[in-house]
Amino acid sequence: MTQNALKSSAATIHEPEVTFELAKGYGLSREEYDLILNRLERTPTHTEIGIFSVMWSEHCSYKTSRMHLKTLPTKAPWVIQGPGENAGVIDIGDNQAAIFKMESHNHPSYIEPYQGAATGVGGIMRDVFTMGARPIANLNALRFGDPSHPKTRHLINGVVAGIAGYGNCMGVPTVGGETQFDSSYNGNILVNAMTVGIAEQDKIFYARGASVGQPVVYVGSKTGRDGIHGATMASAEFDDGAEAKRPTVQVGDPFTEKLLLEACLELMQKDAIVSIQDMGAAGLTSSSVEIADKGEIGVHLNLDLVPQREPNMSPYEVMLSESQERMLMILKPGHEDVARAIFEKWDLDFAVIGETITERNLVLDMHGRQWCNIPVPPLVDDAPIYDRPHTAYDVADLDPRFYDELDNSSEHILTALKQMMSCPDMASKRWIWEQYDGLVMGQTKASAGITKTQAGCASDAAIVKVNDKKALAMSSDCNPHYCFANPFEGGKQIVAESYRNLCASGATPKAVTNNLNFGNPERPEIMHQFVKCIEGMGEACRELGYPVISGNVSLYNETNGTGILPTPVIGGVGLINDLSQSMDMAFKSEGEAIFVVGQSDAAKGHLGQSLYVREYHHLKGEEGGNTPSVDLAKEKVHGQFILKLIQQAMISSCHDVSDGGILCAVAEMMLSSGIGLKLIEPHDLSFYFGESQARYLVSTNDPQSLIKLAKSENVPVMQIGSTGGSNLTLSDEAKISLNELSALHENWLHDYMTSLS
Amino acid sequence: MNISLITFPGTNREHDMAMALKQAGATNVNMVWHKETDLGKTDLIVLPGGFSHGDYLRCGAMAANSPIMKDVIAQSKKGVRVFGVCNGFQILIEAGLLPGALLHNNSLKFICKNVHLKYVAQGGYMKPDEMIHVPIAHGEGNYFANDAILKQLEDNDSIAFKYCNDNGICDDAANPNGSVANIAGIYNKDKTILGMMPHPENATQDHQINTSARPFFTSLLNSL
Repeated sequence: MTQNALKSSAATIHEPEVTFELAKGYGLSREEYDLILNRLERTPTHTEIGIFSVMWSEHCSYKTSRMHLKTLPTKAPWVIQGPGENAGVIDIGDNQAAIFKMESHNHPSYIEPYQGAATGVGGIMRDVFTMGARPIANLNALRFGDPSHPKTRHLINGVVAGIAGYGNCMGVPTVGGETQFDSSYNGNILVNAMTVGIAEQDKIFYARGASVGQPVVYVGSKTGRDGIHGATMASAEFDDGAEAKRPTVQVGDPFTEKLLLEACLELMQKDAIVSIQDMGAAGLTSSSVEIADKGEIGVHLNLDLVPQREPNMSPYEVMLSESQERMLMILKPGHEDVARAIFEKWDLDFAVIGETITERNLVLDMHGRQWCNIPVPPLVDDAPIYDRPHTAYDVADLDPRFYDELDNSSEHILTALKQMMSCPDMASKRWIWEQYDGLVMGQTKASAGITKTQAGCASDAAIVKVNDKKALAMSSDCNPHYCFANPFEGGKQIVAESYRNLCASGATPKAVTNNLNFGNPERPEIMHQFVKCIEGMGEACRELGYPVISGNVSLYNETNGTGILPTPVIGGVGLINDLSQSMDMAFKSEGEAIFVVGQSDAAKGHLGQSLYVREYHHLKGEEGGNTPSVDLAKEKVHGQFILKLIQQAMISSCHDVSDGGILCAVAEMMLSSGIGLKLIEPHDLSFYFGESQARYLVSTNDPQSLIKLAKSENVPVMQIGSTGGSNLTLSDEAKISLNELSALHENWLHDYMTSLS
Repeated sequence: MNISLITFPGTNREHDMAMALKQAGATNVNMVWHKETDLGKTDLIVLPGGFSHGDYLRCGAMAANSPIMKDVIAQSKKGVRVFGVCNGFQILIEAGLLPGALLHNNSLKFICKNVHLKYVAQGGYMKPDEMIHVPIAHGEGNYFANDAILKQLEDNDSIAFKYCNDNGICDDAANPNGSVANIAGIYNKDKTILGMMPHPENATQDHQINTSARPFFTSLLNSL
């Protein structure tokens, strides 16, 4: 069929009559609909109401979150571009820039896990290479429902295969991430994907900058009917009919995206592009509106010229399609042929579909008729902003009696350790990450996992080399349980943990991207979680000099009125100036002294919301106690102290203390190295499993120098044991062999995924 | 010494391969786009890993019919050395330069992990029973050959690498994907064409920690 044969004639397109009822079906409220009538001074056409509804959807307009996001710190001398473009950009020296962002694809991944997750990965990579960067690493943060829920296994299977299918084919290594389970995600899984790319600082491309009289060019895949109203779907909660929304999920083609990546990067060497925007959520609508709005111009498109893969598409469908692997760009006039030649070399569609105009309107023609002529500013600037009400709640701390009644015997502590190291949240995720190519591009220094990793090195952060000397470290973090019990401290803690993970890998933390996953913000307690998590994050980012440079908000993660735990994920990026000074978590030899940095005595640890309380006592939510408080000044001092220890080669391994406390951390260091350890003297259970913050574990051959430096820097340290043997030895009566602990840690997920029920 | 690295749409380990070749001392590594038709004078043709044409249809099937493959086949018939890794191995099989087939891994999943390989041929780039430790990264690397082809491979001393454990034992537990007889890589009869699923190129750089495949590349270049 020729391209012309695919086109419909004007006569066959019947737009439905626009009424409030229709608009309501597209997610607009009565007030929003009236506002549109008011702005246009007439009833919009069907195409126009479709465009308004997606642009004003929560997903595109950030109408609930915008006023709160504004409070986050976004600036630092090394920040080249903060939030507002396709991704954030930081200066990493040598004329190089790191460009990164994290984005969710939660709703689609629940409905159709393979394609939902795959297109999430594809979308975030496009955000990064749109700006001129070659993607060098992918990470993902996944949250699934209770393992006993009948859908969980199927969802894990599909999501992991989808991420693998897209990232592996693109040839971008997937180097890290996190996977957790909780029944609050039974009806709303979370799939958050992060991409980090590298560009030359003088070849960064933006959506802004277009001016009048320039050609508007469409490149990439053809437009089909997939994903129509995907942005609207992602802005509402689910009910029992979620599966019926499958047609709103896009279908990915990683091969086309690989070609699009190479073609875009090739064209970006030619000085032909004025501005560029990927077609993500709300497709051609949001990309053309973004370019017009940022350039303070208008755009006139002839939709007949849009490459289409299905016959009889209406202008409404063309504008709202979320077909993947497409880009919109504004070229310098006269550079069309240079650009066309490159895209034809890569067998991709290339079409000049319109031009930029003076009047700040979006004008759309098709079949010789005009279907849309609306002013651009209201689509963006007049999108409603909601200051939704929020109601505070408090979660009480664990009763002191809970601590008094704990069994502090080494036998019990060992039993609890075994259970925790093999529980769903802590168990090895090898079954997942072995499906990801973590090594392609050949620059991976540290990849996902703790033992027998793809890169042969396990660190608190993934490490990828970016030139002869330097490397980037990256990690993704979130503790939803902390955020539920105390959204403010929880928000602080995520940033602090991200900071610690980077420091422990030897990197100077530079900036973060955030992915804010919450329930229905129209419920005041959910809004409270959202507002307070952002406040906490903002405070931590300010104190630690660790700005937010990009991000994404995903609300309405609810099914039948049950929301997810608040899950604001932080993707942190740090810089290692000298790769020879990167750090990992494996002990290097027998006889090393193991220290806790950040603690000087065997004080009680904080057990509220800890892994121990969740896994061993099954106390969750309001029963689980309060979140540990975060002392940001200490976080900063201790983090800088760790970096000093690494740079002065005073330690041979380092691991931050987080889920499962000191004992789980030290067990991971043992598994990573294959070298056992012996603890010096028995302490209380809360010392071993408490999750008090601002702490690290390190091992060293030179304990005296470490103690001396700690004293001069005023950082508390405490030796807890030494390396050696092939057991984790708590006391003469309580020890576990490396092999036994390793099997417990390795088997859970593998057995779960390969069993039938 | 001229090395031609053939790139197809979807190839993605060409730079990994170039890094490994340069590390071993190669100076003239040229990327050749699949739409070219003439390789010119070349001493080694390398088909790197990736997802040529998205692995749609069948891995390597479309790439095997690319314009450049006519000259690759013609030069290989004249004895020019050819080396294909992963998707490159799949393309060599689809082009009929090596026998057998590569099926879906028996787990039906993509697998990326480190494996041990034992060199089992009597001649060629390594010595019998030498081992290397290298990653695999594939979804369709399950080598299959019928009994007649297997016998031919054995009779011709054409089996290059087998998956083994760290003691050099080639058993089922050491077989990551279900390959017949644990086969990871094979030669043609004259040992001028080598195809293998694992990625020795990802075990050559200092930062990769594991550099066990360096001697293999040195030997490959010395043979030219």
